[in-house]
Amino acid sequence: MQSLLLLGDEAIAQGAIDAGLSGVYAYPGTPSTEITEYVQASREAAEKNVHREWSANEKTAMEAALGMSYAGKRAMVCMKHVGLNVAADPFMNSAITGVNGGLVITVADDPSMHSSQNEQDSRFFGKFAMIPVFEPSNQQEAYDMTFEAFDLSEKYKIPVLLRVTTRLSHSRSGITRKDVRPQNEMTMPADPKQFILLPSIARRRYKDLLSVQQDLQKEAEKSTFNEYQKEGNQSLGIIACGIAVNYLAENFSDHKIPYPYIKITHYPIPYEQIFSLAESCRELLILEEGYPFVEEQLKGFLPGKYTIKGRLDGSLPRDGELSPALVANALGIEIQDGLKVPDMVANRPPALCNGCGHVDVYNALNEAMDQYGKGRVFSDIGCYTLGALPPFESISSCVDMGASVTMAKGASDAGLRPAVAVIGDSTFTHSGMTGLLDAVIENTPITVVISDNSTTGMTGGQKSSATGRLVDICQGLGVHPDHIKTFVPLKKNHDENVEVIRKELQFEGVSVILAQRECIQTAARRKRLEKKTKMATEAK
Amino acid sequence: MSIAAAIGMAAIHENLFIKQAEVHGMSQRGGAVQSNLRISNTEIASDLIPHGQADIILSVEPMEALRYLPFLSSEGWIVTNTAPFINIADYPDSAVIMQELKKHKNLIALDADKIATELGTKKASNMVMLGAASPFMQLSEKACREGIRQIFERKGRDIIDLNLAAFDKGRKLAGEYQQSAV
Repeated sequence: MQSLLLLGDEAIAQGAIDAGLSGVYAYPGTPSTEITEYVQASREAAEKNVHREWSANEKTAMEAALGMSYAGKRAMVCMKHVGLNVAADPFMNSAITGVNGGLVITVADDPSMHSSQNEQDSRFFGKFAMIPVFEPSNQQEAYDMTFEAFDLSEKYKIPVLLRVTTRLSHSRSGITRKDVRPQNEMTMPADPKQFILLPSIARRRYKDLLSVQQDLQKEAEKSTFNEYQKEGNQSLGIIACGIAVNYLAENFSDHKIPYPYIKITHYPIPYEQIFSLAESCRELLILEEGYPFVEEQLKGFLPGKYTIKGRLDGSLPRDGELSPALVANALGIEIQDGLKVPDMVANRPPALCNGCGHVDVYNALNEAMDQYGKGRVFSDIGCYTLGALPPFESISSCVDMGASVTMAKGASDAGLRPAVAVIGDSTFTHSGMTGLLDAVIENTPITVVISDNSTTGMTGGQKSSATGRLVDICQGLGVHPDHIKTFVPLKKNHDENVEVIRKELQFEGVSVILAQRECIQTAARRKRLEKKTKMATEAK
Repeated sequence: MSIAAAIGMAAIHENLFIKQAEVHGMSQRGGAVQSNLRISNTEIASDLIPHGQADIILSVEPMEALRYLPFLSSEGWIVTNTAPFINIADYPDSAVIMQELKKHKNLIALDADKIATELGTKKASNMVMLGAASPFMQLSEKACREGIRQIFERKGRDIIDLNLAAFDKGRKLAGEYQQSAV
């Protein structure tokens, strides 16, 4: 079989294609973006006509994937952990409707917040929805579990959550492929009312979901992805979830773990195995990447007869991702420390690129806002969040996708003038539009600056749903055409741009300023591609 | 990233196990970017290299080489480009950085930007660095060259040759640097 060198994300994508995927739906978000990008670049996916366009946000992606599943085909929806908050409504309800074609929700968590606002653990969402969760410990498992996830989804007619974390998403290793299987034919759901969640039907569907829980538990107990090593020094029993098992093995020569341990990569938690482990060992140590999900469930609130160590008793830090050294420390293993970083080594904080349009937007905005003082600019999720750092220090908030518009509205309702939102084009079509409609309906005095670089920049330049549509969208939502202003954020236009902003700040109503200039990264890539295409055409 | 990709291909060519953890996303925006690369003839557990266990720090920038010192093993090598990338106000004096680097006996320091420019393009400096580090990796020269061929395959014959020449030059100069340091 063919061996490929793939990122964890790419292994999931290849696994999905090989397992007979008909469509991937997603909004970009680190560390999940590469899954969809891999499908987009895949020649096999193109030949098989697999759906692989970006969606406007995670909620629309989740719903479209559910629709494809309704029609009998296999669908995957991909997002980062906070994206699942956006998609939470259809996600939770998809467990009640159940599925027709296999439906896998792939969520990439970001412990240590390398590129995120929080480090929430998506396993809680899996438990919340009462569906199986897979958490691969390596790239091969990521590939294999994608197959298994589709199988389990079709066997029990429920969605399955596939959870990865940053280190696996963005680490490469060799993968052996399985036999490729065809896509499903289109079929209607066997139960024609399954997807109609009227209370009377929803109550029945919920009972169906509850009734299948015991079987899902059994699947996890006998899953070949969960391992139970009974032999070893019984002074300690270890439960290691997902990639934590690698950090455990790393601390022993030949990776032979000298304690009894359970590796959990398939949830619900395999209680029977854990009960057996707890009975045979004096203490338990729980290693998990993310929240103390397993630890809390085992520990409960009342004092128990077992000693359980992990993130809650200080054996491991309560937050942040794990590492071989942290695990060694929890095991009481002395580790050899490396050299110190010399004091002279200076930090390189993330910064906007040289020549980036956001820079000119902030320079103009800072000048226009100067007379009002700080604390009046709400911002959002994207490259332009770096406007919080020197030399700009322009913004006072970054909370979630679209919150700039609505927070500016709320602050304006409270009397703050001017109240300004700075949002990117892709973030605006993701979740800014509905908030703008709220402001239009009440004619709330806010100034919304859409810094439009015609791409989803932070995640590497994916297609933006907003490109070429922003004026129409704002007019359609009811912003008065006189207060939809457009300018090009360039140094040479600075003075006039400041003037445009100044005028709109004084307007007692909704105004939108579109600062439009292509992202310099995507522009450079586009020009290289155009040059190549031109050369190829000329050569013919 | 292209260095790690070429080594990865070389490792696959030699049927070795490999794990290579990269940094993507927000932290990539002008910040420090690093990749943990592990190659072995037996299965690898952690994607991350534990502190004090890296055999080589391969850096395309001298101050960045120092940032990752906690990872280096006591017998490990530092192979670094000496051309600084200055995008911050408090970047230390280059001479001070070199002084700090020279405290390490296992050091190869080359101006890869200059060497690559002389060969035709500064862009090939990564492959100069790969060449300079290659004597310290347990990968054959042939496998490394094969890896380079594969990652530049789509860019055509000229680009492949240029990068192979950069690799050869880096490898040769590393040998000479070691000689002169003895």
